[in-house]
Amino acid sequence: MQRLATLTRNPAMIALVAGLSLAGCASKKTIPNNAADIGLGANAATPGSSQDFTVNVGDRIFFDTDSSSIRADAQQTLSRQAQWLTRYGSYRITIEGHADERGTREYNLALGARRAAATRDYLVSQGVAASRIKTISYGKERPVAVCDDISCWSQNRRAVTVLNGAGS
Amino acid sequence: MKSFVKAALIVLAAFAGSLNLAVQPARALVEIDVNRGVVEPLPIAITDFLSGDDMGVKVTDVITANLQRSGLFKPVDKAAFIEKVTNPDVAPRFEDWKVVNAQALVTGRVTREADGRLKAEYRLWDTFAGKQITGEQFFTSESNWRRVAHIISDAIYKALTGEKGYFDTRVVFVDESGPKNARQKRLAIMDQDGANLRYLTKGGDLVLTPRFSPNRQEITYMSYAGGQPRVYLLQIETGQRELVGDFPGMTFAPRFSPDGQKVIMTLGRDDGNANIYAMDLRSRTTQRLTAANAIDTSPSYSPQGDRIVFTSDRAGRAQIYVMGADGSNPQRISFGDGTYSTPVWSPRGDLVAFTKQSGGDFSIGVMRPDGSGERILTTGFLNEGPTWAPNGRYLMFFREQPGGGGPKLFSIDLTGRNEQPVPTPNFASDPAWSPLLD
Repeated sequence: MQRLATLTRNPAMIALVAGLSLAGCASKKTIPNNAADIGLGANAATPGSSQDFTVNVGDRIFFDTDSSSIRADAQQTLSRQAQWLTRYGSYRITIEGHADERGTREYNLALGARRAAATRDYLVSQGVAASRIKTISYGKERPVAVCDDISCWSQNRRAVTVLNGAGS
Repeated sequence: MKSFVKAALIVLAAFAGSLNLAVQPARALVEIDVNRGVVEPLPIAITDFLSGDDMGVKVTDVITANLQRSGLFKPVDKAAFIEKVTNPDVAPRFEDWKVVNAQALVTGRVTREADGRLKAEYRLWDTFAGKQITGEQFFTSESNWRRVAHIISDAIYKALTGEKGYFDTRVVFVDESGPKNARQKRLAIMDQDGANLRYLTKGGDLVLTPRFSPNRQEITYMSYAGGQPRVYLLQIETGQRELVGDFPGMTFAPRFSPDGQKVIMTLGRDDGNANIYAMDLRSRTTQRLTAANAIDTSPSYSPQGDRIVFTSDRAGRAQIYVMGADGSNPQRISFGDGTYSTPVWSPRGDLVAFTKQSGGDFSIGVMRPDGSGERILTTGFLNEGPTWAPNGRYLMFFREQPGGGGPKLFSIDLTGRNEQPVPTPNFASDPAWSPLLD
């Protein structure tokens, strides 16, 4: 519900997600299926599914400018992630670190890596085995919000926990 | 590689005959002062090269565009010409050219040899001294006609400024297409004026930051091929790709050493720090050059190869540092407001170009390698990633405007006054300027 509140404050994000849903091409891998958040049926998510993780747990956290510190709101999200990952212990995950476009390319690749590492470390501190976690940085190459102001940049400074499916 | 050398073969032949003594002017007609800029560009008349078809005019147009874009020359309007040059082997009527205030005059001819090759000749005249400054002729295949025009442009530039030109060069860059949140990126290469564009990758993998080797035949760049962000080498002519090293994490920000024997790059470490490594391409040995608990990235060698300039946030935010090529004695050199990144050492050795973020803007600037003499050349919403022309007088970079949808390439001279868009078919970023092809 906290996530819903965040999104309703940002019409641009809702429009983006709605557009993707209508087009039927929402990608479970990199774009959250936020169908529930825009009133399309939260409870339909099967417990333990990737949709459950994205919708009911929250697959991403956000960072302050040029920072990789895990904010208080992000700590709550990551604690939920850790509980969920502990419960559904067969998933392996990749943490994608991202930066906004207000930095230079190479520095932002390093910044994204640092955010991914900080996110991983927090999940490990919450009991998720490090061996289940891979990290990757996309720097500023994969924005989800594409306007040219701070409302988008703050959504692009993120770490996204991507479920890789059940590990063997 | 062999085919490229063969295709690029251009034979320079010295003139024989009474007019053909190359006479250097007593001093350069154009004085370059980067602090003041050239007060007035030198008026130069460039007559259409004589030829039996349109090739003469095509060559002339390329030369004219090159010299005009340099900002150092002002081509005289052809409509003002008095003398119609019909024989470039005889001296022009200098009075006719002085009247239209052309201080230098270019005449020339393009003909075809019996074997089909092009023969291009030019003469550069000092109209006020009333003598030839230089003259050369070139033989090449017809497909190389633009290169001949660039080589002649470089010769004129050098004869009149006393400095090396930069026209016979290419630019490798990242071509960007598609929406911002699903951008397709391809490596592309073109002449410095935007002609002869060719794609080097197909767009399936995210590719970033291509940079030329000193021999111009190879590129080092970063690719997400196979979902692993790593540094590669690419042979331009054959398309052969090769992974650089076997590192346990992301490698990025590659550049060649000036002798082409090493690639220097950044390794993202598991703990979130990023450090600089050099890899010897022959022995395949690697050397770790920084070990700070920080982001150390964007390394660039000095032209002598004895020092490295790089970005680090070891003092809290991104700043520029210089260290020995072995990693010794790192010294911070940027101390202005804001953050500094993407340092690139000038091929002349005298300056470091950088991107500066301050007050919400991105600027391209230069400073001396000791950090003194900082000058900002352009400022705006996003200006990033400078690369030097081989003569160290011009920079190319990419710029994005708010609402513009994507980045485009621009060049700027060291005065900051002569800024020019560089034509590309799509959005473009991460330009890297080649050495002179010669």
